[in-house]
Amino acid sequence: MKEKDDTDKEYLFDKPRNVKILLGCFFSSLVVLLILEFFVHKHPHFPWEGWLEFYAVFGFVACVALVVAAKYILRPLMKRREDYYD
Amino acid sequence: MINTIPPALIFIIGALLVPFFKGKVKSAYLLLLPVISFINLISIPIGNHWVVSFLGYDLVFGKVDRLSLLFGYIFHLISFIALLYALHVKDDLQHVAGLVYAGSALGVVFAGDLFSFFVFWEMLTISSIFLIWARRTRASLGAGFRYLLVHVCGGLCLLAGIVLYVNQTGSIEFGYIGLNGPATYFIFFAFGLNCAWPILHPWLTDAYPEATITGTIFMSAFTTKCAVYALARAFPGTEALIWIGAIMTGFPIFYAVIENDLRRVLAYSLINQVGFMVCGIGIGTALAINGAVAHVFNDVLFKALLFMSMGAIMYRTGKINGTALGGLYRTMPLTCIFCMVGAASISAFPLFSGFVSKSMVMDAAAKGHMKIIWFILLFASAGVFHHAGIKIPFFAFFGHDSGMRPKEAPLNMLIAMGITAFLCIFIGSFPGPLYSLLPYPVDYVPYTMPHVVGQTQLLFFSALAFSLLLLSGIYPGEQRCVNLDSDWFYRMAGKRFMWFCDKPLVAFGNFIDRNVLRMARASKSSFGGAAHFEDGFDKFYHVGLTSTPTVIYNWVKRLRTEIGYLPINLIYVFICFVVLLFIMLLLGR
Repeated sequence: MKEKDDTDKEYLFDKPRNVKILLGCFFSSLVVLLILEFFVHKHPHFPWEGWLEFYAVFGFVACVALVVAAKYILRPLMKRREDYYD
Repeated sequence: MINTIPPALIFIIGALLVPFFKGKVKSAYLLLLPVISFINLISIPIGNHWVVSFLGYDLVFGKVDRLSLLFGYIFHLISFIALLYALHVKDDLQHVAGLVYAGSALGVVFAGDLFSFFVFWEMLTISSIFLIWARRTRASLGAGFRYLLVHVCGGLCLLAGIVLYVNQTGSIEFGYIGLNGPATYFIFFAFGLNCAWPILHPWLTDAYPEATITGTIFMSAFTTKCAVYALARAFPGTEALIWIGAIMTGFPIFYAVIENDLRRVLAYSLINQVGFMVCGIGIGTALAINGAVAHVFNDVLFKALLFMSMGAIMYRTGKINGTALGGLYRTMPLTCIFCMVGAASISAFPLFSGFVSKSMVMDAAAKGHMKIIWFILLFASAGVFHHAGIKIPFFAFFGHDSGMRPKEAPLNMLIAMGITAFLCIFIGSFPGPLYSLLPYPVDYVPYTMPHVVGQTQLLFFSALAFSLLLLSGIYPGEQRCVNLDSDWFYRMAGKRFMWFCDKPLVAFGNFIDRNVLRMARASKSSFGGAAHFEDGFDKFYHVGLTSTPTVIYNWVKRLRTEIGYLPINLIYVFICFVVLLFIMLLLGR
């Protein structure tokens, strides 16, 4: 394994421009998805599935809740030194 | 009928011949074995085959129907892929263990009676443990012993259940059992243990990340899926399974977010995916069972793909912790792409395999009007994308630059990953062939406009949450640490036992000691010939009562200093378990 002896070689995401393009694509696809929903005829099993942008909001809120709970509740409770069991 | 043989036999006999081959012939032999067995499998007609009379019971080694066949297919497929991935390994032990393991899994799946089922079930444990020990580190030795402990306990439970069950019904046929009476509860519990139900699960997250690079691929495929098969066969439609499955999908994702070892993150997400299957089996409608079984098929593939890509990194860099990795896309682009295909499949992106099976379970829950279950499953779907879909590729291949520039994975690994990645995309894009193999006729269309848009929104906005949390610094950084899980109980049991010997037991001994001496002295002053009495008294009580705790204490202490806590843990927990089992058996009768 070579240790960073070819640092002069530029890789795909070493250029900030490429990262910007990627993020741009990502954010625009979010907007497209939000707009797309207006053209979809839904047939929901549950009433809330018919609410506007239900899945988008749920996905965002669920992930934030997940991370916050894991970081501020689970980790302080469960974290131990690496050699705890030794 | 005459010219086919049980698939388990091919694998197990074939495994024993592995050490006799050398070099290229061995590679060819390893790859041919699952292929030959597969050709054998597809020429077996549906029905019961290879019935052997044994002690007045009929042992059935080939219960072939649509359910067992599907498991048979995927187990053959993954054996081939895992063997290809492990082709560079020079250690015969691993090949033999892997093949026997696969053979046992096929034995479980095609077993038509409880006796042969039990024997193959135990062989699963025995063979897979060598895939852990073959890593030959101290951590893997310990993890292997703990794995053995848990599965031996589970096996005893299963045996107790089977004996009681056969005693009650008089038949050893393995079919629908259903929850009624203590016998079935024992069997149910034993299945659940192999299925990694919550609280019973830590054997999985403890052992899988300690196994060898190639062994983990085998392990991720067989043990839990055999348990899912057993549940689908014996307990479909059991309501408890719905809740157990839903909890299984939910809790591991919290652990996965804070876990550092990336293979352990995958182990947690394995539990999460098995949760979907267990939930589907619990719902028990044709759609739900179909969904659960289809998800088994897909999960074996994409989970193996993810483990393979992490294994390739580990093989090249020797590291697997999120803190030590990052930026590897530069020199391992193909592995990176395969990993992202696996990540997209497990997250159920449209056109990837998870999408066509997970949604069946979700829809079955919705059709049954299970609101809370449906919400938990949806939460888990978003969560699995978060940790397995983004965290794994991001921390390994992107993120901060670790400075490492390892070579691309070896060719055999790349081909194995390539085949799996192709299958993930193929099944996701053309679910027809998979649907046609499912146990019940399929009347389900995964690609409807609202479904595709809804799922994509869910995933993209999860990704948005990830990127915003990461940019704002709220996302929990990887840390080198151990996260407690329910294995704490049996990993710390030895320490607790030591404490018990050290404190209460010795204190008790000292207390007796003091009082005996005082009594003896008192008797001496008031009684003429007490010297003789004291001697006898002292010998009996002093040696008998006082020193027993001291002897136990010294013995345990010496054991600990010589070989560590591990054996004390194992022996102590095992004895406790056996006592508990007997009490339960007596109560349950």
